Amino acid sequence: MSVTSITSVLTDPGFRLPLGDWVDAGVDGLIATFGGLFDLIRTVLIGGFEAVETVLITPPMWIVALVLAGLAYLAKGWRLALGALIGFLVVQGVDQWGNAMASLALVLVASAIALAIGIPMGIWAASSDRVSAAVRPVLDFMQTMPAFVYLIPVVIIFSVGPVPGLVATIVFALAPGVRFTELGIRQVDQEVVEAGHAFGSTPRRILRQIQLPLALPTIMAGVNQVIMLSLSMVVISGLVGAAGLGRDVVSALSRVNVSLGFEAGLAVVILAMYLDRITSALADRSPVAKALRTTSA
Amino acid sequence: MPALRAEGVYKVFGRRPGEAVRRLQAGASVEDVKPHGTAAVIDASFEVADGETFVVMGLSGSGKSTLIRMLNGLWRPTSGRVMIGDTDISGISGRELRALRQQRVSMVFQHFALLPHRSVLDNAAYPLALQDVDRTERRRRAGEALEMVGLAGWEDHLPSQLSGGMRQRVGLARALAAGTDILLMDEAFSALDPLIRREMQEQLLELQQTLGKTIVFITHDLNEAMHLGDRIAVMREGRIVQIGTSEQILSDPATDYVAQFVADVDKTRVLTAASVMVRPAAVVTTGAGPRVALREMREAQASAAYLVDRDRTLRGVLRDDDVVQALRDGSDSLVDLTRDEVTAVSTETLLMDVFAPSAETPLPVPVVDDRGRLVGVIPRVTLLEAMSRNLADPTTVSADADPAALDGTTTEVSA
Ligand SMILES: Nc1ncnc2c1ncn2[C@@H]1O[C@H](COP(=O)(O)OP(=O)(O)OP(=O)(O)O)[C@@H](O)[C@H]1O
Ligand SMILES: [Mg+2]
Repeated sequence: MSVTSITSVLTDPGFRLPLGDWVDAGVDGLIATFGGLFDLIRTVLIGGFEAVETVLITPPMWIVALVLAGLAYLAKGWRLALGALIGFLVVQGVDQWGNAMASLALVLVASAIALAIGIPMGIWAASSDRVSAAVRPVLDFMQTMPAFVYLIPVVIIFSVGPVPGLVATIVFALAPGVRFTELGIRQVDQEVVEAGHAFGSTPRRILRQIQLPLALPTIMAGVNQVIMLSLSMVVISGLVGAAGLGRDVVSALSRVNVSLGFEAGLAVVILAMYLDRITSALADRSPVAKALRTTSA
Repeated sequence: MPALRAEGVYKVFGRRPGEAVRRLQAGASVEDVKPHGTAAVIDASFEVADGETFVVMGLSGSGKSTLIRMLNGLWRPTSGRVMIGDTDISGISGRELRALRQQRVSMVFQHFALLPHRSVLDNAAYPLALQDVDRTERRRRAGEALEMVGLAGWEDHLPSQLSGGMRQRVGLARALAAGTDILLMDEAFSALDPLIRREMQEQLLELQQTLGKTIVFITHDLNEAMHLGDRIAVMREGRIVQIGTSEQILSDPATDYVAQFVADVDKTRVLTAASVMVRPAAVVTTGAGPRVALREMREAQASAAYLVDRDRTLRGVLRDDDVVQALRDGSDSLVDLTRDEVTAVSTETLLMDVFAPSAETPLPVPVVDDRGRLVGVIPRVTLLEAMSRNLADPTTVSADADPAALDGTTTEVSA
């Protein structure tokens, strides 16, 4: 076919590239073939989410708040702990504590799964240029494709509730876990890695004793990013029926309820600050970060 | 049997290394095979005897690092054989190779390559941990190695708390703790300041007298090569152009290239100021007053002192009579008293170019680095000594000239 005939087909007003139809057919095909797998994923995600949510919601508010503030104290110090406690009281004060804990459960489960997939992927990508080149466009796709778009097939596959929200969050938050891990490992001084080889270490031991510890500050920055991105998906999760702050934001939007929207939104911000400060404090506490701060006796 | 042997070793990086080697063997030049790959090492053959220090010298990019990395199998030769004792390491499995590195060959790196998050002791013990030596034994042997390199008492510090010279001592201690007979050192001292570098060279020679390791030492510095090497291999563009003792290389260079390298067999044209300089006896900083300056001179039994800024930038020379006069006049500033009767030379200045400045003054000629900081001095006697010494034996010059080089770590702790 000549170039002119292709262009004439493409510009013909009756012609349309049936990309959407193909995706439609693809989703149907997916459900038909992998139905069992999707059920399994669904069961695992719901199980994980409900377990964490139960732990956070069942005890009285003040016990959970004190424990979370205690973690802040261990990670950073009493200032952060105090700040966290005040923040939690505000959340309780606007009657969003239950929602906040549901959202926290969602963020924790989604981040944990995103990291459980992302960090090993990052390690793999760091070890091979070919894997790295293959993974990169997939990550770009996952991160830049508007979440609403893949939310539709995800809802078709998993129906409404916490699961589609979790899946969409994991997909969206996965990329920095992979990227930062790969970057961190590739940035490790090659001479030190070579020293590992030169003294007869195995690649696995070099990964454990040299590459991962030295990459840890960067990986922790990735962990922080994963958690922050997960939190940013809370509203979208609310849209597809996950309980929590997101659902209140969505209903505030549909009812044009400014005060409810603001209160739920504020609770999201407080959660975000808490999680951000804790993860950055943990990054600063890694042995390498400490060693690099120490100069001259 | 030699401790180490390379037989017709080639290393080509690129898309078709095998083809490149075949063409090189058929007489093609490096340029001819460029489309097939970069020839980093071409037909290298040599033997290193037990207990010998074998230096590989060449300019940047001549293939030294590539060559040394094939000696412990970090990189596999494209063609040829490397023998450690009677083991051909090109043909062995990954597991055997690791065992060989643990037991037979260890390495010291240009930028030290220490684990920044582990203590000095744990760094030195690293090879022993890989050998599954138990913890107490490991700490004992690592401690011994640290003591050998003069780092006793620094065990619990982190590498970042140490000066460059001390870090490389840890690197050396780590290689010694491994307990291997063969030591590979890739530009091990190149990243260090000139005086520290000289101290490390002395220390290595001293250790070598008692330990008798087989050492392959890479350097791009002729002074260092001649100072340390029992034999020297000169590399150029991937090929070894000559192997011999420093005397042979000085007196009978195999090619024009080597001849140029060791120019005119006149070591005042080969040796640099850095290689013979000694520690300045009396140094005063600009902040000090006349009293301090006089005390400094008295202690050093010198009639003059070098005046430097806080960052050791050389400002000039102070004479004792000027300072005494200033003290009588009640003047406080030393800067106004300096005379610029002495011309400073740079560390890279060849000895032949130090004669003129030295003739101008009875004082030792100050040596400054590229930022104008005082790093050493050359007394006239040192210069004359260097010149009068047997021309084919320049290696001992630097050893005798600097008694300070032999004592301990004083300079680096403060550095
Ligand atoms: N991994 C690699 N891939 C491709 N080319 C390489 C690689 N390593 C080295 N080379 C090339 O091989 C040649 C020799 O490099 P090598 O590092 O062995 O030189 P060197 O003598 O150690 O130099 P320097 O003094 O700069 O360390 C150079 O041209 C270099 O560009
Ligand atoms: Mg090199």
